[in-house]
Amino acid sequence: MDFNKIIEKLPYDKPFLFVDTLSHVGMDGVSGSFNFSKNLDFYRGHFKEHPITPGVILTECCAQIGLVCLGIFLLSENYETKTNDLTVAFSSSEMEFYQPVYPGDTVYVSSEKLYFRFNKLKCKVKMYNAAKELVCKGELAGMIKYSTHGA
Amino acid sequence: MEKENYYQQLKGIVKPYLPEDVTVDDISPDSHFINELNINSANLVDIVLDVEDAFDITLENDDMDQMQTVSDAMAIIDKKRSSK
Repeated sequence: MDFNKIIEKLPYDKPFLFVDTLSHVGMDGVSGSFNFSKNLDFYRGHFKEHPITPGVILTECCAQIGLVCLGIFLLSENYETKTNDLTVAFSSSEMEFYQPVYPGDTVYVSSEKLYFRFNKLKCKVKMYNAAKELVCKGELAGMIKYSTHGA
Repeated sequence: MEKENYYQQLKGIVKPYLPEDVTVDDISPDSHFINELNINSANLVDIVLDVEDAFDITLENDDMDQMQTVSDAMAIIDKKRSSK
């Protein structure tokens, strides 16, 4: 499956799309990156006159790359799918944070599948910065499926 | 007797996934996992994975769809165990 096709199927758009590119996608995991533009609106308030990317946004970035992109790929192995009927729900996150991410930084996320069963995908995720320092890591899980008609 | 053992074992598996406002004493054979025990669909998957490990069985998508109540789960465990 073409990596760009996976990104096209993501149910997000600006200002809440946190995936730029995918560099690896396979049955066992995925890697991708995102550049945090200096113009992102939340930098005006987090923190006052001292912009740092919020941890929840780093978690979201890990989830979009690590869970949703991987989930779309795994589902594509089983189903002929349309673009508009994907349903995702974040169900759990346990993250630890090590390095700050500043406006303009690019981050690299790698995700390793723990299991994908009955539409629940659970992964180990790690995020690195351009200096290859660990930014955050943890375990994320969510439900992902293509709805059938009427369901 | 074996059924009672399954039931007690199943209650033990479900317990850690119960929300704070539901206790293990609220579980009865008729309890609906999602509607009555307030277990979300993501935790229901974890319960199924724990059931697979505890009873050494494998559930399919159809089994998951049918597993709405505690007694549904018992019936599936019973069926899978006896066909082993």
